[in-house]
Amino acid sequence: MTRHRGRGMASINYPIGMNLGGDPSQALVHSNPSGKFTVALSSIDLGQGMKSVTRQICAETLGVPVEDVYVDTADSDTGPHCMGSFASRGTHRVGNAVMAAAREARGVMMEAAAEELEVNAADLETDGRGNIHVKGAPHRSISTKDVAIAAQFKQGKTISGRGIFLVPLSDVDPETGEMSPATCYAHACLVAEVEVDDETGEVAMVRMDSAYELGRALNPRLVEQQLVGGAWMGVSHALYETPEPYYPDPVHGPRDFVEYLMPGPGDICPHDIAVLERPAPDGPFGAKGPGEMCANPVLPAVANAIFNAVGVRIDDLPITPEKVLRAIKAQGGARPQARR
Amino acid sequence: MSKTPLQFRHNGRDVAIFVDGGTNLLVALRELIGDMTPKFGCGQGGCGTCSVLVDGELHLSCLTLAETVAGRSVETLDSLKQGPNLHPLQRAFADNFAAQCGYCTPGMLMAAKALLDRNPQPSRAEIVEAISGNICRCTGYEPIINAILAASGGRASA
Repeated sequence: MTRHRGRGMASINYPIGMNLGGDPSQALVHSNPSGKFTVALSSIDLGQGMKSVTRQICAETLGVPVEDVYVDTADSDTGPHCMGSFASRGTHRVGNAVMAAAREARGVMMEAAAEELEVNAADLETDGRGNIHVKGAPHRSISTKDVAIAAQFKQGKTISGRGIFLVPLSDVDPETGEMSPATCYAHACLVAEVEVDDETGEVAMVRMDSAYELGRALNPRLVEQQLVGGAWMGVSHALYETPEPYYPDPVHGPRDFVEYLMPGPGDICPHDIAVLERPAPDGPFGAKGPGEMCANPVLPAVANAIFNAVGVRIDDLPITPEKVLRAIKAQGGARPQARR
Repeated sequence: MSKTPLQFRHNGRDVAIFVDGGTNLLVALRELIGDMTPKFGCGQGGCGTCSVLVDGELHLSCLTLAETVAGRSVETLDSLKQGPNLHPLQRAFADNFAAQCGYCTPGMLMAAKALLDRNPQPSRAEIVEAISGNICRCTGYEPIINAILAASGGRASA
């Protein structure tokens, strides 16, 4: 009969990674005879861009062009140990491990370059374009390729580095139960606007506005991609997805993913995103990482928006048309709340 | 079960295979021809990642009997790139960050190609309609819509 507009808000304080067993990740970095570098990881890139971000971190730390770094991921048989790609830990944990490994490799590279240029390694700097030169004397220069060749074939050195990131163990206070489960927190706030049809119980997304504080955005386009896509995973959890939707007779219920409901391209709405960068003291170049946080604030914001629109408080996900309709009937009709 | 000989054009090249009765086009393409670009998602026409063009028209290859394409022209994602050069749609998908895990991408690109072939300058609503049979888990669709707009000369919002 009527479509009611409602607006809801949610804010979150989101821990990056976890503290189980120190939440370790390891990385190994080594140079190839060509002067390019390989980062070996067991961590996996699910499409979120961890390969790109660890590549940037390694290149920046080594002082070489990003094109000169190759990241080899996801073989837990042969790679160094990683806890995995979950808990929004990739950029922070794996990134820190890559940074430590690259720092060690850079030390060896500078020593090898110093030997070739017959100077003190402390007097050398990288130009970020594949050369190492004496500070203040750019003509006293050697390419990273020539350093790699000299190290491998003349000096008998491997230009390599090892890195691990381990969170200090946090003991539980036996008196208070207090502990520090995480070392770094990201934050977000999201406002969702919805339209609820009081005849069908259907909820349509009208718009979203959000702000995310996630440390330094090492790759702003990847961060934006995560936030845009992740918000729709949040909407999907809030309004669509369940393996057991309500059916009068469970025999008629879904049996596979074809009947598993998800939003399609016609269901999306405008989403304005602001990214706030407050570098984390213990993050690689100050990064925390968007991770799962991009979906989290959407669910409570949508639930609050539905309450604002029709006055029903649904605390069971997903908020299907059937649940909305039953709740509206139980309270004797839609009761729009004050619009805020 | 006896096998049936089947000939059709696959990405501009004539192919001949033997199929069992009831074999669908997706299986024929992937297992008998070795073109792995159409993906198996749901196998029931619900997700769109197996989309291919048959005589220029968008088809769900998992729901298409292989025998029905006899003598016809089948185009898959593999036909888009020209040597080392990406198709403008592929370029636009990359530039607009329209793929994350990438599993829906082959179907999205074929749905987009089918649209642009018949309507080179579609509106946003027409793009949404054209990809409405394709499910994406990662991107929230917006970057995909923007990529197709960009490839058609329209202005992407991002």
